[in-house]
Amino acid sequence: MLNHYLKQILCIALASVFMPIYANAIEATPLAADPVLEAKVLDIAVELRCLVCQNETIAGSHADLAIDLRNQIRTQLSDGQSKKEILDFMVTRYGDFVLYKPPLQTRTLFLWFGPFLLLILGMWMLFKYARRPASELTISEEDLIAARALLHKDTSKAPK
Amino acid sequence: MKRFLPLIIFAGLCVVLLIGLSLNPKEIPSPFVGKNAPTFNLPVLGKSQESFSPEQMQGKVWLLNVWASWCVSCRDEHPILNQLAQQKIIPIVGLNYKDKDPAALEWLVRMENPYLLSVVDAAGSVGINYGVYGVPESFLIDGKGKIVHKFIGPLTSALVQNELLPKLAQLNSSTK
Repeated sequence: MLNHYLKQILCIALASVFMPIYANAIEATPLAADPVLEAKVLDIAVELRCLVCQNETIAGSHADLAIDLRNQIRTQLSDGQSKKEILDFMVTRYGDFVLYKPPLQTRTLFLWFGPFLLLILGMWMLFKYARRPASELTISEEDLIAARALLHKDTSKAPK
Repeated sequence: MKRFLPLIIFAGLCVVLLIGLSLNPKEIPSPFVGKNAPTFNLPVLGKSQESFSPEQMQGKVWLLNVWASWCVSCRDEHPILNQLAQQKIIPIVGLNYKDKDPAALEWLVRMENPYLLSVVDAAGSVGINYGVYGVPESFLIDGKGKIVHKFIGPLTSALVQNELLPKLAQLNSSTK
């Protein structure tokens, strides 16, 4: 019996010794030793589009290019470059498309203001429709007589 | 007329969406076209003592082809490159992008080597400077070191016929 308990305790002891190793193995290693720098990298990376998987940011993508560009941002930040300088660096190489938020230019005017234009147009149409005079509804005299006859349940006066 | 308005709007929407379908979102216009090719100095593949930089091609129209042995589409375009080299249409310099030297050299033996030389960009930093995001890519560079055109994705015989050759003819006539 004592032997049985000993075995159990040994099992638990072994598990508690090896569990942390296992837990450690499935956790991602931190990308940089400096969390402040890493936060800055992320701050820039979320504004950049991964050109390989176009609906993901560089921050969220696992593509090789995204990893390379995150490293690029990291080295440029370590060299003391500003966020704007790094974004400009990316735009001169990959074009405006690399920015998740398209810049306000003459050719992007419709992209930026088109939805508002549609909203105004829709509201104007709705308003016009709602304020349409109710008198447009016309009922012929014959129909009115028929309706009255039905309401008074006097079917003899209704036209055949 | 008013009765057909929804139909007209629907038809208009169809046309817009149809145009949208025919566009290729993978083809992003390179901001480099019309600008000078970024310079670099990289070791030559297989001859690590030698190095190459784009200035050495000054005065020539040439093609910088980004390739890698791990790149599946590069396999598709390789016969086209071989053809271009055999017919001496244009000198091609390879940028071996994020590859391992032995694998790259083995590939060139197996698939033929259309390149004047290839340079080794193991870290991919020159690739970043050229805005490379999908291998293979090819840059057509003129005698003054200016990028005339960027081909994204594998070169095909149709692309060579319809885009590369006319552009080459144009460049040759303007220099004469």
